Amino acid sequence: MAEPPVSPDVLLERFGPHPAYTPPGGWQDESRNPAERLVKTHCCFCGQQCGIQLKVRGNQVIGFEPWEEFPFNHGMLCPKGVKRYMQGGHPDRLLDPLLRTPQGFQPVSWDQALDFTAKRLREVQEKYGKDSVAIYGGASLISEKSYLLGKFARVALGTRHIDYNGRLCMVSAGTAYKLAFGVDRSPLPWSDIPKAQVVLVAGANVAECAPITTDYLWRCRDAGGKLIVVDPRMTPICRNADIYLPVRPGTDLALYMGLLHVILRDGLERRESISAHTSGFAEVADSVRAWDPRTVAEKTGVPPESIERAAHTFAKADRAIAMHARGVEHQSKGVENCLALINLCLATGNIGREGAGCAMITGQGNGQGGREHGQKCDQLPGQRSISDPDARAHTAKVWGITPEEIPQAGYSAVEIMEAIHRGEIKALLSACFNPLVSLPDANFTREALEKLEFLGIVDFFMSETAHYADVVLAGSLQEEEEGIGCTAEGRVIHIQKAVDPPGNAKGDSWIYCEIAKRLGKEKFFPYRSTREIYDELREASRGGHADYYGITYEKIDENMGVFWPCPTLDHPGTPRLFENGRSFHPDGKHRFVVTEWRESGDPVSAEFPVYLTTGRVVSQYLSGTQTRRIGGLVEQYPNPRIEIHPRLAEQYGIKDGDWVTATSRRSEITLQAMVVKTIRPDTVFIPYHWPGGRSANRLTHRTLDPRSKIPEYKVSACQLTKADGPPDWFKSPPEKAAIWHKGKS
Amino acid sequence: MHGYEFYVDPSRCIGCQSCVKACEECETHRGKSMINFDFIDRSGTTATAAYVCWHCDEPTCAMVCPADAIKKGEDGVVQSSLKPRCIGCSNCVLACPFGIPKIFPELEQMMKCDMCYDRTSVGKRPMCATVCPSQALSYVRPEEIAHRREKPTNVFYFGKQKITTRVHMMTPAETDSVLLDVLDYMWEDSHVTASQSQ
Repeated sequence: MAEPPVSPDVLLERFGPHPAYTPPGGWQDESRNPAERLVKTHCCFCGQQCGIQLKVRGNQVIGFEPWEEFPFNHGMLCPKGVKRYMQGGHPDRLLDPLLRTPQGFQPVSWDQALDFTAKRLREVQEKYGKDSVAIYGGASLISEKSYLLGKFARVALGTRHIDYNGRLCMVSAGTAYKLAFGVDRSPLPWSDIPKAQVVLVAGANVAECAPITTDYLWRCRDAGGKLIVVDPRMTPICRNADIYLPVRPGTDLALYMGLLHVILRDGLERRESISAHTSGFAEVADSVRAWDPRTVAEKTGVPPESIERAAHTFAKADRAIAMHARGVEHQSKGVENCLALINLCLATGNIGREGAGCAMITGQGNGQGGREHGQKCDQLPGQRSISDPDARAHTAKVWGITPEEIPQAGYSAVEIMEAIHRGEIKALLSACFNPLVSLPDANFTREALEKLEFLGIVDFFMSETAHYADVVLAGSLQEEEEGIGCTAEGRVIHIQKAVDPPGNAKGDSWIYCEIAKRLGKEKFFPYRSTREIYDELREASRGGHADYYGITYEKIDENMGVFWPCPTLDHPGTPRLFENGRSFHPDGKHRFVVTEWRESGDPVSAEFPVYLTTGRVVSQYLSGTQTRRIGGLVEQYPNPRIEIHPRLAEQYGIKDGDWVTATSRRSEITLQAMVVKTIRPDTVFIPYHWPGGRSANRLTHRTLDPRSKIPEYKVSACQLTKADGPPDWFKSPPEKAAIWHKGKS
Repeated sequence: MHGYEFYVDPSRCIGCQSCVKACEECETHRGKSMINFDFIDRSGTTATAAYVCWHCDEPTCAMVCPADAIKKGEDGVVQSSLKPRCIGCSNCVLACPFGIPKIFPELEQMMKCDMCYDRTSVGKRPMCATVCPSQALSYVRPEEIAHRREKPTNVFYFGKQKITTRVHMMTPAETDSVLLDVLDYMWEDSHVTASQSQ
């Protein structure tokens, strides 16, 4: 609904982000008291979901203690995990539901806020139709909340349009794995990594985005394993790579087709495994014939000799693993990139065995679990397809409705924002999503938000997107509701409730149920606890690929997690998906899928000659709604910088620390240069965690992969100019101002 | 903890600073990190190094202290200065060959890594080595470290000064050369290697 009610400065003053530097009460006060309880739970800040113990006193999280017995991370934590507890008692925490007024956001009673929300949703649907309302969910939500959101959209609202910010994460991998394997999950437990003889890390800044995985890679090397890293930037793990392939942004597909070309040219494929476990090999073999090392070198900027060496190293190993993340997935051919890596593994017999296979490194807090049970626009619980009549019948039965009442597939996350922009979708209820910072082409997103007739937000802090809201419903942090998550490995874990939501804030699941009640759908949402929601989720997932029926909270606790599928209560779970020839396709085979080269959606040109790629830094998480409020993390990397190779910097007369304006076909931002030899000289990198004038996503574009609908964050074109001096945002950035005045009591 | 040793391996360090943050949790110096963390040369490399105190067998810091404020315990751990004795003179800061001690002017006291005395004395591992995601900082049994590629040493030479330490440094496995510039790995149409064309 148009612009924020009051000025940005007023909103920032009241709602932050204010970085918290100390535990509740300061370093020397409350947090010094012994914990009353140590709650064994998990970190909320990436797909690894490390085990951690939260120290609790009263209704306050006051610290943490490593959880050394948890088998994934053995107590290890990255700085985000170490500082996650600083969200407890945070001064910016939303403690009441808020209604927009001309004077700003005003606290109201829950009845007022919920009545208003239901009334507006109903009015919009009556005026413009069911599908004029959309739901945004988040992959950081526990699976109970994401399941509930999927049901809420389809049963309480009856809209087709629900999608989630996991659409910005690993959906290219998920789509590729469904095509090749019929199932969307990393096929390997991480404990296989040290057992591989070769690990190929493709487009994954493991050190910063999945830090604990580093230890698995190092242990692989300790055992004599070789490490191949593909990245336009020399990320920290590249220092120990045996082969480093500095691929030009957006050309990964050519590289992987080239590796397969060399393997087939030299007869290194494993024929026995190919004929026993796969279909479609001949077509893929044909498709890579043109991709000889010289052709690939011209496309990718990787030397022909390195391509030959990498292909031989990978193919000659008895056990090799190809791991990949957003670097290959955030492209308009993200699905093809993942398929090409899968083809490499299938051709070399690296499938279904210990220490061999492919693995996606899912990025978000509950990135794996959050996509399995119904908040994706085209899926129903259990990873079922919403267009499959059997799946609709099963789900409808669990939900107590008819299959016809379940809407068909709706728009994906970016498509929803585009439909808002063109006036097709009029109302949005968004939970755990900050699209103004995280979607590409941020100015377009802002225009769209201004056009909404109703925007409702469920969140625990005031995100930048929430500034545009009509109502903000004060929800819960991860540690404030009991539930489950699923890690990057496919391990289902138990998120323990450590404390109640503070003040008048409420658990998210209560909020959706109360809105459903006000929409006249109370009988479909009778839950008194998240455990009851989970028991329904287990039934809803039963018989699907992501079958959780045999997984209970207690079973997770006893086993330190259970890998799905787990169809019965006495089933031990499935750490290795394709072991013993198991396949999820009806013909029992994994599929080679042909990949075709095409150019990226925002090509470099004479006017925009430099590649721009975006990503994360280790101290920040996604849109920064949480991590820009934690002082120790803000101080580690306060503002985005633009990484430039000295050769490129010299062309523009740019020195380290100079202010540089990067301009794309959409917009421009001005940041300080970080002149480093650790990036290709035709490419610049900007991390994306910040809003406004620091937003890398003002520059990125909305080209999507046609199948996964992921935006092409990793490849944009830009031009650089040296700026005269600091931009406006630098003169009064909220976090920075707080650093200057910080007091470390 | 009996039988456990502390190992530092910069080749494993990914620069995440988890140790720096976790050190603030320690009971003896809450809110103050005693980790020494450096980007070696960020313009040229992502290499980083995180160090704890090396806990010298004959601590230089203690030898130069005019107030006799720095003590080494029977466990070989060199403690922060004794508050009643420390005169905040910084002799230790200047003399330590590893650059470990830190002066806190507001406290008029030198403080340093005490290998998480509060934790190790009750059977817990030091906070930094417990959380370190790459195990560049490790607190493990010697037989576990023997599986590593790199090998431990605890003998250091600073000019004529030979120092032996409680904490071990992992030294790199044999390598012929290390190339640090992306250009050295790239292929360009000109066939001129990029670093030559600079």
